[in-house]
Amino acid sequence: MDGAARQRALSASLLQRAGLWREADARTRRLSSGRSDDAADATHLADDYRLLAHDLARARTLLPDSRTREYLEAAYARAHATLHRGAWHIGSELLTLFRDEIPAVVRSLRTYIIWSMTIFALAALAGYALVHRYPELIALFASPDLIATVERGKLWTEGLLNIVPSSVLSVQILSRNISVSLFAYCAGFLFGLGTLYILGLNGLMLGAVFAFVSRHGLGGPLASFIVAHGCVELSVLCLSGAAGAAVGEALVRPTHAGRIESFRIAALRSGKLLIACVALLVGCGLIEGYVSPNPGVALWARLGVGVGYWLFMLALLSGRLFGRRAAHPR
Amino acid sequence: MSGPVRDLTVDSVTGIDVSLPVAGPGARAYAFLLDWHIRLIVALAWFVVGALLYNGRPSLAPPLSNDARWFGTVVAPALAIYFLYHCVLELAMRGSTPGKRMAGVRLVARDGGSPSAGALLTRNVFRLVDSLPLCYGVGLISVVLTRDHLRIGDMAAGTLLVFERAEARLPGSAAAAPGAGHLDAAGAEIVAELLERWSTLTPEARQRLARQVLERYGGGEPAASGGDPDAAWRAELERLASSR
Repeated sequence: MDGAARQRALSASLLQRAGLWREADARTRRLSSGRSDDAADATHLADDYRLLAHDLARARTLLPDSRTREYLEAAYARAHATLHRGAWHIGSELLTLFRDEIPAVVRSLRTYIIWSMTIFALAALAGYALVHRYPELIALFASPDLIATVERGKLWTEGLLNIVPSSVLSVQILSRNISVSLFAYCAGFLFGLGTLYILGLNGLMLGAVFAFVSRHGLGGPLASFIVAHGCVELSVLCLSGAAGAAVGEALVRPTHAGRIESFRIAALRSGKLLIACVALLVGCGLIEGYVSPNPGVALWARLGVGVGYWLFMLALLSGRLFGRRAAHPR
Repeated sequence: MSGPVRDLTVDSVTGIDVSLPVAGPGARAYAFLLDWHIRLIVALAWFVVGALLYNGRPSLAPPLSNDARWFGTVVAPALAIYFLYHCVLELAMRGSTPGKRMAGVRLVARDGGSPSAGALLTRNVFRLVDSLPLCYGVGLISVVLTRDHLRIGDMAAGTLLVFERAEARLPGSAAAAPGAGHLDAAGAEIVAELLERWSTLTPEARQRLARQVLERYGGGEPAASGGDPDAAWRAELERLASSR
Protein backbone atom coordinates (compact mmCIF):
# COMPACT_ATOMS: atom_id res chain seq x y z
CA MET A 1 0.00 0.00 0.00
CA ASP A 2 1.49 3.39 -0.97
CA GLY A 3 1.62 6.37 1.39
CA ALA A 4 -1.39 8.18 -0.05
CA ALA A 5 -3.57 5.06 0.01
CA ARG A 6 -2.50 4.34 3.59
CA GLN A 7 -3.37 7.91 4.59
CA ARG A 8 -6.77 7.60 2.88
CA ALA A 9 -7.48 4.35 4.68
CA LEU A 10 -6.47 5.80 8.05
CA SER A 11 -8.59 8.92 7.46
CA ALA A 12 -11.55 6.81 6.45
CA SER A 13 -11.25 4.67 9.57
CA LEU A 14 -11.04 7.82 11.67
CA LEU A 15 -14.15 9.31 10.06
CA GLN A 16 -16.05 6.12 10.82
CA ARG A 17 -15.93 7.13 14.49
CA ALA A 18 -17.95 10.33 13.93
CA GLY A 19 -21.01 8.80 15.59
CA LEU A 20 -19.02 8.25 18.79
CA TRP A 21 -17.81 11.87 18.74
CA ARG A 22 -21.35 13.16 18.32
CA GLU A 23 -22.55 11.08 21.27
CA ALA A 24 -19.60 12.18 23.42
CA ASP A 25 -20.16 15.84 22.56
CA ALA A 26 -23.89 15.62 23.24
CA ARG A 27 -23.17 14.11 26.68
CA THR A 28 -20.62 16.84 27.43
CA ARG A 29 -23.04 19.58 26.41
CA ARG A 30 -25.77 18.08 28.61
CA LEU A 31 -23.43 17.94 31.61
CA SER A 32 -21.86 21.37 31.11
CA SER A 33 -25.22 23.09 30.76
CA GLY A 34 -26.51 21.37 33.88
CA ARG A 35 -29.33 19.70 31.92
CA SER A 36 -28.17 16.27 33.04
CA ASP A 37 -27.44 14.87 36.47
CA ASP A 38 -27.31 11.33 35.15
CA ALA A 39 -24.56 9.35 36.88
CA ALA A 40 -24.03 7.29 33.71
CA ASP A 41 -23.36 10.49 31.72
CA ALA A 42 -20.87 11.66 34.33
CA THR A 43 -18.94 8.36 34.38
CA HIS A 44 -18.91 8.30 30.59
CA LEU A 45 -17.29 11.73 30.48
CA ALA A 46 -13.80 10.47 31.37
CA ASP A 47 -14.02 7.83 28.62
CA ASP A 48 -15.32 10.43 26.18
CA TYR A 49 -12.42 12.71 27.06
CA ARG A 50 -9.88 9.98 26.30
CA LEU A 51 -11.69 9.02 23.08
CA LEU A 52 -11.76 12.62 21.83
CA ALA A 53 -8.09 13.17 22.80
CA HIS A 54 -7.03 10.04 20.91
CA ASP A 55 -9.00 10.88 17.77
CA LEU A 56 -8.02 14.54 17.87
CA ALA A 57 -4.34 13.54 17.88
CA ARG A 58 -4.96 11.44 14.76
CA ALA A 59 -7.01 14.19 13.11
CA ARG A 60 -4.24 16.73 13.73
CA THR A 61 -1.90 14.50 11.74
CA LEU A 62 -4.24 13.10 9.08
CA LEU A 63 -6.69 15.98 8.53
CA PRO A 64 -4.93 19.14 9.72
CA ASP A 65 -7.08 21.70 7.85
CA SER A 66 -10.44 20.00 7.95
CA ARG A 67 -13.80 20.67 9.57
CA THR A 68 -13.43 17.29 11.27
CA ARG A 69 -10.36 18.51 13.12
CA GLU A 70 -12.07 21.78 13.99
CA TYR A 71 -15.05 19.86 15.38
CA LEU A 72 -12.83 17.57 17.42
CA GLU A 73 -10.83 20.53 18.80
CA ALA A 74 -14.08 22.16 19.98
CA ALA A 75 -15.53 18.94 21.42
CA TYR A 76 -12.27 18.12 23.21
CA ALA A 77 -12.01 21.65 24.68
CA ARG A 78 -15.60 21.39 25.91
CA ALA A 79 -14.96 18.00 27.51
CA HIS A 80 -11.78 19.35 29.14
CA ALA A 81 -13.60 22.38 30.58
CA THR A 82 -16.49 20.24 31.85
CA LEU A 83 -14.22 17.62 33.40
CA HIS A 84 -11.95 20.17 35.09
CA ARG A 85 -14.70 22.45 36.33
CA GLY A 86 -14.83 22.52 40.11
CA ALA A 87 -18.03 22.32 42.09
CA TRP A 88 -19.76 25.69 42.31
CA HIS A 89 -21.29 26.12 45.75
CA ILE A 90 -21.52 29.85 46.19
CA GLY A 91 -22.43 29.57 49.91
CA SER A 92 -19.43 27.49 50.90
CA GLU A 93 -17.17 29.57 48.62
CA LEU A 94 -18.23 32.73 50.44
CA LEU A 95 -17.82 31.10 53.85
CA THR A 96 -14.30 29.97 52.94
CA LEU A 97 -13.56 33.43 51.59
CA PHE A 98 -14.62 35.26 54.75
CA ARG A 99 -13.50 32.67 57.30
CA ASP A 100 -10.12 31.65 55.88
CA GLU A 101 -8.98 33.56 52.82
CA ILE A 102 -9.60 37.19 53.84
CA PRO A 103 -7.94 36.75 57.28
CA ALA A 104 -4.95 35.18 55.52
CA VAL A 105 -4.76 38.16 53.15
CA VAL A 106 -4.94 40.60 56.07
CA ARG A 107 -2.08 38.77 57.80
CA SER A 108 0.04 38.81 54.65
CA LEU A 109 -0.64 42.54 54.14
CA ARG A 110 0.14 43.51 57.75
CA THR A 111 3.21 45.56 56.82
CA TYR A 112 1.37 47.34 54.01
CA ILE A 113 -1.54 48.12 56.33
CA ILE A 114 0.81 49.71 58.87
CA TRP A 115 2.47 51.77 56.14
CA SER A 116 -0.87 52.87 54.68
CA MET A 117 -2.13 53.99 58.07
CA THR A 118 1.13 55.83 58.75
CA ILE A 119 0.99 57.65 55.39
CA PHE A 120 -2.66 58.55 55.93
CA ALA A 121 -2.02 59.80 59.48
CA LEU A 122 1.03 61.82 58.42
CA ALA A 123 -0.92 63.37 55.54
CA ALA A 124 -3.78 64.25 57.92
CA LEU A 125 -1.33 65.86 60.35
CA ALA A 126 0.30 67.76 57.49
CA GLY A 127 -3.11 68.98 56.26
CA TYR A 128 -4.05 70.04 59.77
CA ALA A 129 -0.75 71.88 60.32
CA LEU A 130 -0.91 73.61 56.92
CA VAL A 131 -4.42 74.99 57.31
CA HIS A 132 -3.89 75.79 60.97
CA ARG A 133 -0.87 77.92 60.01
CA TYR A 134 -2.19 79.23 56.67
CA PRO A 135 -6.05 79.18 56.84
CA GLU A 136 -6.41 80.52 53.30
CA LEU A 137 -5.06 77.19 52.00
CA ILE A 138 -8.42 75.59 52.84
CA ALA A 139 -9.52 76.77 49.39
CA LEU A 140 -7.29 74.00 47.97
CA PHE A 141 -9.20 71.28 49.83
CA ALA A 142 -12.79 72.40 50.30
CA SER A 143 -15.53 73.86 48.11
CA PRO A 144 -16.51 77.56 48.39
CA ASP A 145 -19.97 76.53 49.66
CA LEU A 146 -18.49 74.44 52.47
CA ILE A 147 -16.11 77.27 53.43
CA ALA A 148 -18.94 79.83 53.45
CA THR A 149 -21.16 77.56 55.59
CA VAL A 150 -18.42 77.02 58.18
CA GLU A 151 -17.61 80.74 58.23
CA ARG A 152 -21.26 81.36 59.10
CA GLY A 153 -20.67 79.12 62.15
CA LYS A 154 -22.51 76.08 60.83
CA LEU A 155 -21.52 72.61 59.71
CA TRP A 156 -22.59 71.50 56.22
CA THR A 157 -23.94 68.35 57.85
CA GLU A 158 -26.59 70.23 59.82
CA GLY A 159 -30.07 69.79 58.47
CA LEU A 160 -28.82 67.27 55.93
CA LEU A 161 -31.81 65.01 56.53
CA ASN A 162 -34.19 67.89 55.74
CA ILE A 163 -32.75 68.02 52.22
CA VAL A 164 -32.07 64.36 51.39
CA PRO A 165 -33.83 61.27 52.83
CA SER A 166 -31.60 58.85 54.77
CA SER A 167 -31.96 56.05 52.22
CA VAL A 168 -30.89 58.28 49.33
CA LEU A 169 -28.08 59.74 51.39
CA SER A 170 -26.86 56.25 52.35
CA VAL A 171 -26.74 55.03 48.77
CA GLN A 172 -24.99 58.21 47.59
CA ILE A 173 -22.42 57.95 50.35
CA LEU A 174 -21.74 54.25 50.08
CA SER A 175 -21.36 54.37 46.30
CA ARG A 176 -18.95 57.30 46.59
CA ASN A 177 -16.93 55.57 49.32
CA ILE A 178 -16.86 52.28 47.45
CA SER A 179 -15.54 53.95 44.31
CA VAL A 180 -12.83 55.78 46.31
CA SER A 181 -11.87 52.50 47.96
CA LEU A 182 -11.76 50.59 44.67
CA PHE A 183 -9.76 53.39 43.07
CA ALA A 184 -7.25 53.32 45.93
CA TYR A 185 -6.75 49.63 45.15
CA CYS A 186 -6.74 49.85 41.35
CA ALA A 187 -4.44 52.88 41.37
CA GLY A 188 -1.77 50.53 42.74
CA PHE A 189 -1.45 49.51 39.10
CA LEU A 190 0.53 52.73 38.58
CA PHE A 191 3.47 51.16 40.45
CA GLY A 192 1.82 52.07 43.75
CA LEU A 193 1.98 55.81 43.09
CA GLY A 194 -1.75 56.17 42.49
CA THR A 195 -2.53 54.52 45.82
CA LEU A 196 -0.04 56.79 47.56
CA TYR A 197 -1.70 59.81 45.95
CA ILE A 198 -5.23 58.80 46.99
CA LEU A 199 -4.19 58.03 50.57
CA GLY A 200 -2.20 61.26 50.82
CA LEU A 201 -4.90 63.43 49.31
CA ASN A 202 -7.65 62.01 51.52
CA GLY A 203 -5.45 62.40 54.60
CA LEU A 204 -4.61 66.00 53.69
CA MET A 205 -8.28 66.83 53.10
CA LEU A 206 -9.38 65.32 56.41
CA GLY A 207 -6.68 67.16 58.37
CA ALA A 208 -7.27 70.44 56.53
CA VAL A 209 -11.04 70.39 57.05
CA PHE A 210 -10.63 69.54 60.72
CA ALA A 211 -8.17 72.42 61.19
CA PHE A 212 -10.54 74.79 59.41
CA VAL A 213 -13.67 73.85 61.37
CA SER A 214 -11.67 73.88 64.62
CA ARG A 215 -10.70 77.52 63.98
CA HIS A 216 -14.41 78.27 63.86
CA GLY A 217 -15.16 76.28 67.02
CA LEU A 218 -16.87 73.41 65.17
CA GLY A 219 -14.26 70.68 65.71
CA GLY A 220 -16.36 68.96 68.39
CA PRO A 221 -19.59 68.77 66.35
CA LEU A 222 -17.66 67.50 63.31
CA ALA A 223 -15.98 64.78 65.40
CA SER A 224 -19.40 63.90 66.81
CA PHE A 225 -20.75 63.60 63.24
CA ILE A 226 -17.84 61.44 62.06
CA VAL A 227 -17.33 59.14 65.02
CA ALA A 228 -20.14 56.67 64.24
CA HIS A 229 -19.05 55.82 60.68
CA GLY A 230 -15.57 57.31 60.40
CA CYS A 231 -13.61 54.72 62.40
CA VAL A 232 -14.44 51.97 59.94
CA GLU A 233 -14.56 54.21 56.87
CA LEU A 234 -11.03 55.51 57.38
CA SER A 235 -9.75 52.05 58.32
CA VAL A 236 -11.23 50.63 55.11
CA LEU A 237 -9.53 53.35 53.07
CA CYS A 238 -6.22 52.31 54.62
CA LEU A 239 -6.97 48.63 53.94
CA SER A 240 -7.73 49.33 50.28
CA GLY A 241 -4.58 51.41 50.11
CA ALA A 242 -2.61 48.50 51.57
CA ALA A 243 -4.04 46.12 48.93
CA GLY A 244 -3.16 48.66 46.20
CA ALA A 245 0.35 49.10 47.62
CA ALA A 246 0.89 45.32 47.47
CA VAL A 247 -0.13 45.36 43.80
CA GLY A 248 2.20 48.31 43.20
CA GLU A 249 5.14 46.60 44.88
CA ALA A 250 4.57 43.46 42.80
CA LEU A 251 5.13 45.63 39.72
CA VAL A 252 8.10 47.52 41.14
CA ARG A 253 9.81 44.45 42.59
CA PRO A 254 8.43 41.33 40.88
CA THR A 255 8.69 38.20 42.97
CA HIS A 256 7.70 35.71 40.27
CA ALA A 257 8.65 34.87 36.69
CA GLY A 258 7.76 38.29 35.32
CA ARG A 259 6.13 41.59 36.20
CA ILE A 260 2.75 40.59 34.74
CA GLU A 261 2.73 37.24 36.56
CA SER A 262 3.76 38.93 39.79
CA PHE A 263 1.04 41.56 39.31
CA ARG A 264 -1.55 38.85 38.64
CA ILE A 265 -0.70 36.93 41.79
CA ALA A 266 -0.65 40.06 43.98
CA ALA A 267 -3.88 41.43 42.49
CA LEU A 268 -5.75 38.14 42.88
CA ARG A 269 -4.56 37.66 46.46
CA SER A 270 -5.03 41.20 47.78
CA GLY A 271 -8.20 41.78 45.73
CA LYS A 272 -10.10 39.44 48.07
CA LEU A 273 -9.73 42.06 50.80
CA LEU A 274 -11.72 44.47 48.64
CA ILE A 275 -14.80 42.25 48.97
CA ALA A 276 -14.69 42.73 52.76
CA CYS A 277 -14.01 46.45 52.27
CA VAL A 278 -17.09 46.86 50.04
CA ALA A 279 -19.26 44.97 52.56
CA LEU A 280 -17.99 47.19 55.39
CA LEU A 281 -18.56 50.36 53.37
CA VAL A 282 -22.20 49.41 52.82
CA GLY A 283 -22.58 49.42 56.62
CA CYS A 284 -20.72 52.74 56.84
CA GLY A 285 -23.09 54.24 54.27
CA LEU A 286 -26.13 53.14 56.24
CA ILE A 287 -24.69 54.58 59.47
CA GLU A 288 -23.73 57.82 57.71
CA GLY A 289 -27.21 58.11 56.23
CA TYR A 290 -29.30 57.18 59.26
CA VAL A 291 -27.22 57.78 62.43
CA SER A 292 -24.55 60.41 61.80
CA PRO A 293 -26.75 63.30 60.52
CA ASN A 294 -29.55 62.58 63.01
CA PRO A 295 -29.36 65.23 65.76
CA GLY A 296 -31.52 63.03 68.00
CA VAL A 297 -28.73 60.45 68.47
CA ALA A 298 -26.64 61.23 71.57
CA LEU A 299 -22.84 61.33 71.49
CA TRP A 300 -22.49 58.22 73.68
CA ALA A 301 -24.71 56.29 71.27
CA ARG A 302 -22.66 57.46 68.28
CA LEU A 303 -19.50 56.47 70.10
CA GLY A 304 -21.02 53.07 70.88
CA VAL A 305 -21.98 52.54 67.22
CA GLY A 306 -18.55 53.66 66.02
CA VAL A 307 -16.56 51.47 68.41
CA GLY A 308 -18.97 48.55 68.02
CA TYR A 309 -18.76 48.63 64.24
CA TRP A 310 -14.99 48.90 64.41
CA LEU A 311 -14.85 45.79 66.63
CA PHE A 312 -17.18 44.08 64.15
CA MET A 313 -14.69 44.96 61.41
CA LEU A 314 -11.84 43.40 63.43
CA ALA A 315 -13.91 40.24 63.96
CA LEU A 316 -14.69 40.10 60.24
CA LEU A 317 -11.10 40.60 59.15
CA SER A 318 -9.76 38.05 61.63
CA GLY A 319 -12.33 35.46 60.52
CA ARG A 320 -13.72 35.07 64.06
CA LEU A 321 -17.10 36.35 62.93
CA PHE A 322 -17.43 33.15 60.92
CA GLY A 323 -16.11 30.74 63.52
CA ARG A 324 -12.40 30.86 62.86
CA ARG A 325 -10.40 30.24 66.04
CA ALA A 326 -7.14 32.01 66.84
CA ALA A 327 -4.11 29.83 66.28
CA HIS A 328 -2.39 28.90 69.54
CA PRO A 329 1.36 28.19 69.46
CA ARG A 330 2.16 24.68 70.69
CA MET B 1 1.17 43.85 18.77
CA SER B 2 -1.91 41.91 17.70
CA GLY B 3 -1.58 39.47 14.82
CA PRO B 4 -3.42 36.42 13.49
CA VAL B 5 -5.64 34.39 15.86
CA ARG B 6 -3.48 32.84 18.56
CA ASP B 7 -4.29 29.68 20.45
CA LEU B 8 -4.07 29.23 24.19
CA THR B 9 -2.53 25.80 24.62
CA VAL B 10 -3.36 23.97 27.83
CA ASP B 11 -1.63 20.77 28.96
CA SER B 12 -3.88 17.82 29.57
CA VAL B 13 -3.49 14.54 31.45
CA THR B 14 -4.09 12.69 28.19
CA GLY B 15 -0.91 14.15 26.72
CA ILE B 16 -2.92 15.84 23.96
CA ASP B 17 -2.98 19.56 24.62
CA VAL B 18 -6.23 21.54 24.51
CA SER B 19 -6.19 24.35 22.00
CA LEU B 20 -8.42 27.40 22.58
CA PRO B 21 -8.42 30.22 20.01
CA VAL B 22 -7.96 33.56 21.80
CA ALA B 23 -10.54 36.25 20.95
CA GLY B 24 -9.06 39.44 19.53
CA PRO B 25 -10.07 43.10 19.91
CA GLY B 26 -12.89 42.76 17.35
CA ALA B 27 -14.66 39.87 19.09
CA ARG B 28 -14.16 41.53 22.48
CA ALA B 29 -15.57 44.84 21.28
CA TYR B 30 -18.52 43.06 19.64
CA ALA B 31 -19.35 41.16 22.85
CA PHE B 32 -18.99 44.34 24.91
CA LEU B 33 -21.28 46.33 22.62
CA LEU B 34 -23.94 43.60 22.75
CA ASP B 35 -23.74 43.53 26.55
CA TRP B 36 -23.78 47.33 26.73
CA HIS B 37 -26.97 47.48 24.69
CA ILE B 38 -28.61 44.75 26.74
CA ARG B 39 -27.85 46.38 30.09
CA LEU B 40 -28.82 49.81 28.83
CA ILE B 41 -32.14 48.56 27.45
CA VAL B 42 -32.96 46.55 30.59
CA ALA B 43 -32.02 49.45 32.90
CA LEU B 44 -34.05 51.91 30.82
CA ALA B 45 -36.99 49.51 30.71
CA TRP B 46 -36.91 49.21 34.49
CA PHE B 47 -36.76 52.99 34.85
CA VAL B 48 -39.65 53.60 32.43
CA VAL B 49 -41.92 50.90 33.88
CA GLY B 50 -41.00 51.92 37.45
CA ALA B 51 -41.63 55.61 36.75
CA LEU B 52 -44.99 54.90 35.08
CA LEU B 53 -46.10 52.75 38.00
CA TYR B 54 -44.81 55.31 40.52
CA ASN B 55 -46.54 58.25 38.84
CA GLY B 56 -49.71 56.30 38.08
CA ARG B 57 -50.02 58.18 34.77
CA PRO B 58 -48.02 58.35 31.52
CA SER B 59 -45.19 60.47 32.91
CA LEU B 60 -41.52 59.77 33.60
CA ALA B 61 -41.01 62.94 35.65
CA PRO B 62 -39.30 62.53 39.02
CA PRO B 63 -41.07 63.85 42.14
CA LEU B 64 -40.45 67.49 43.00
CA SER B 65 -39.00 66.67 46.42
CA ASN B 66 -36.49 63.93 47.22
CA ASP B 67 -38.50 60.78 47.79
CA ALA B 68 -36.92 57.61 49.13
CA ARG B 69 -39.55 55.41 47.43
CA TRP B 70 -38.79 56.91 44.00
CA PHE B 71 -35.08 56.45 44.56
CA GLY B 72 -35.37 52.96 46.02
CA THR B 73 -37.78 51.49 43.51
CA VAL B 74 -37.04 53.37 40.29
CA VAL B 75 -33.56 54.94 40.23
CA ALA B 76 -31.40 52.61 42.37
CA PRO B 77 -32.46 49.31 40.70
CA ALA B 78 -31.91 50.81 37.23
CA LEU B 79 -28.43 52.00 38.25
CA ALA B 80 -27.71 48.59 39.85
CA ILE B 81 -28.71 46.79 36.63
CA TYR B 82 -26.43 49.03 34.58
CA PHE B 83 -23.38 49.00 36.86
CA LEU B 84 -23.53 45.47 38.31
CA TYR B 85 -24.50 43.69 35.08
CA HIS B 86 -21.07 42.25 34.25
CA CYS B 87 -20.13 41.44 37.82
CA VAL B 88 -23.33 39.57 38.69
CA LEU B 89 -23.84 37.80 35.36
CA GLU B 90 -20.23 36.66 35.01
CA LEU B 91 -20.51 35.09 38.47
CA ALA B 92 -23.91 33.54 37.78
CA MET B 93 -22.98 32.28 34.29
CA ARG B 94 -19.46 31.21 35.23
CA GLY B 95 -17.52 33.58 33.03
CA SER B 96 -20.11 34.31 30.40
CA THR B 97 -22.73 36.97 29.74
CA PRO B 98 -25.54 37.14 27.15
CA GLY B 99 -23.37 39.36 24.93
CA LYS B 100 -20.39 37.02 25.14
CA ARG B 101 -22.64 34.07 24.28
CA MET B 102 -24.03 35.85 21.25
CA ALA B 103 -20.51 36.78 20.14
CA GLY B 104 -19.38 33.16 20.60
CA VAL B 105 -16.75 33.89 23.24
CA ARG B 106 -16.29 32.98 26.89
CA LEU B 107 -13.92 33.66 29.75
CA VAL B 108 -11.46 31.00 30.84
CA ALA B 109 -8.69 30.81 33.41
CA ARG B 110 -5.10 30.24 32.26
CA ASP B 111 -5.57 26.49 32.78
CA GLY B 112 -8.51 26.44 30.39
CA GLY B 113 -11.07 25.94 33.16
CA SER B 114 -13.74 28.27 34.50
CA PRO B 115 -12.37 31.30 36.39
CA SER B 116 -12.86 31.37 40.17
CA ALA B 117 -15.31 33.78 41.83
CA GLY B 118 -12.36 35.81 43.16
CA ALA B 119 -10.86 36.10 39.67
CA LEU B 120 -14.18 37.28 38.20
CA LEU B 121 -14.62 39.90 40.92
CA THR B 122 -11.03 41.13 40.53
CA ARG B 123 -11.50 41.34 36.76
CA ASN B 124 -14.53 43.54 37.24
CA VAL B 125 -12.95 45.78 39.88
CA PHE B 126 -10.22 46.64 37.37
CA ARG B 127 -12.84 47.96 34.95
CA LEU B 128 -12.24 51.21 36.83
CA VAL B 129 -8.72 51.34 35.37
CA ASP B 130 -9.64 49.89 31.97
CA SER B 131 -12.41 52.41 31.42
CA LEU B 132 -10.04 55.38 31.88
CA PRO B 133 -9.87 58.04 30.52
CA LEU B 134 -13.12 57.34 28.61
CA CYS B 135 -14.70 54.66 26.39
CA TYR B 136 -12.42 51.94 27.79
CA GLY B 137 -9.36 53.71 26.38
CA VAL B 138 -6.79 52.01 28.61
CA GLY B 139 -8.43 48.60 28.17
CA LEU B 140 -8.59 48.95 24.40
CA ILE B 141 -4.95 49.96 24.09
CA SER B 142 -3.96 47.09 26.35
CA VAL B 143 -6.02 44.59 24.31
CA VAL B 144 -4.45 45.74 21.05
CA LEU B 145 -0.89 45.75 22.37
CA THR B 146 -0.76 42.51 24.34
CA ARG B 147 -0.08 39.12 22.77
CA ASP B 148 -3.16 37.43 24.25
CA HIS B 149 -5.36 40.54 23.84
CA LEU B 150 -5.74 41.14 27.56
CA ARG B 151 -7.13 44.17 29.30
CA ILE B 152 -5.69 45.16 32.68
CA GLY B 153 -8.51 43.34 34.49
CA ASP B 154 -7.65 40.12 32.67
CA MET B 155 -3.98 40.47 33.59
CA ALA B 156 -4.94 40.96 37.23
CA ALA B 157 -7.40 38.05 37.30
CA GLY B 158 -5.45 35.64 35.08
CA THR B 159 -8.35 35.29 32.65
CA LEU B 160 -8.62 35.20 28.85
CA LEU B 161 -11.46 35.53 26.39
CA VAL B 162 -11.53 32.59 23.96
CA PHE B 163 -13.79 31.58 21.11
CA GLU B 164 -16.46 29.08 22.10
CA ARG B 165 -16.57 27.24 18.72
CA ALA B 166 -20.06 26.05 19.70
CA GLU B 167 -21.09 26.08 16.06
CA ALA B 168 -18.29 23.73 14.91
CA ARG B 169 -19.95 20.66 13.37
CA LEU B 170 -19.01 17.63 11.39
CA PRO B 171 -19.52 17.52 7.64
CA GLY B 172 -22.66 15.59 6.78
CA SER B 173 -20.99 12.50 5.33
CA ALA B 174 -18.14 12.21 7.83
CA ALA B 175 -19.50 8.94 9.12
CA ALA B 176 -20.06 7.39 5.71
CA ALA B 177 -18.47 4.04 5.04
CA PRO B 178 -15.01 4.23 3.47
CA GLY B 179 -14.39 2.81 0.04
CA ALA B 180 -11.62 2.56 -2.52
CA GLY B 181 -12.72 5.53 -4.62
CA HIS B 182 -10.86 8.72 -5.51
CA LEU B 183 -11.99 10.86 -2.60
CA ASP B 184 -9.70 11.48 0.34
CA ALA B 185 -11.07 12.82 3.65
CA ALA B 186 -10.60 16.46 2.66
CA GLY B 187 -12.40 15.83 -0.64
CA ALA B 188 -15.23 14.08 1.14
CA GLU B 189 -15.62 17.15 3.36
CA ILE B 190 -15.75 19.44 0.32
CA VAL B 191 -18.41 17.31 -1.38
CA ALA B 192 -20.42 17.04 1.84
CA GLU B 193 -20.25 20.79 2.38
CA LEU B 194 -21.31 21.52 -1.18
CA LEU B 195 -24.29 19.17 -0.82
CA GLU B 196 -25.22 20.83 2.47
CA ARG B 197 -25.18 24.29 0.91
CA TRP B 198 -26.81 23.16 -2.34
CA SER B 199 -30.17 24.77 -1.67
CA THR B 200 -28.61 28.14 -0.75
CA LEU B 201 -26.66 28.49 -4.03
CA THR B 202 -27.85 29.76 -7.38
CA PRO B 203 -28.17 27.10 -10.13
CA GLU B 204 -25.14 28.58 -11.96
CA ALA B 205 -22.97 28.47 -8.84
CA ARG B 206 -24.10 24.90 -8.06
CA GLN B 207 -23.18 23.63 -11.50
CA ARG B 208 -19.87 25.54 -11.63
CA LEU B 209 -18.77 24.23 -8.21
CA ALA B 210 -20.02 20.71 -8.93
CA ARG B 211 -18.04 20.65 -12.21
CA GLN B 212 -14.86 21.82 -10.40
CA VAL B 213 -15.22 19.18 -7.68
CA LEU B 214 -15.99 16.38 -10.10
CA GLU B 215 -13.05 17.36 -12.33
CA ARG B 216 -10.70 17.40 -9.36
CA TYR B 217 -11.80 14.11 -7.86
CA GLY B 218 -12.29 12.13 -11.02
CA GLY B 219 -16.05 12.05 -11.21
CA GLY B 220 -17.75 12.35 -14.56
CA GLU B 221 -20.16 14.96 -15.90
CA PRO B 222 -23.81 13.91 -15.78
CA ALA B 223 -25.06 12.39 -18.97
CA ALA B 224 -27.11 14.82 -21.08
CA SER B 225 -30.78 13.94 -20.85
CA GLY B 226 -34.06 15.76 -20.92
CA GLY B 227 -34.35 15.80 -17.09
CA ASP B 228 -33.47 18.50 -14.56
CA PRO B 229 -29.72 19.31 -15.00
CA ASP B 230 -29.53 20.60 -11.44
CA ALA B 231 -30.71 17.26 -10.06
CA ALA B 232 -28.31 15.42 -12.35
CA TRP B 233 -25.30 17.36 -11.03
CA ARG B 234 -26.44 16.69 -7.46
CA ALA B 235 -26.89 12.97 -8.17
CA GLU B 236 -23.37 12.83 -9.63
CA LEU B 237 -21.94 14.44 -6.49
CA GLU B 238 -23.86 12.02 -4.26
CA ARG B 239 -22.55 9.11 -6.32
CA LEU B 240 -18.98 10.41 -5.86
CA ALA B 241 -19.50 10.79 -2.10
CA SER B 242 -20.88 7.28 -1.71
CA SER B 243 -18.20 5.68 -3.88
CA ARG B 244 -15.18 6.70 -1.76
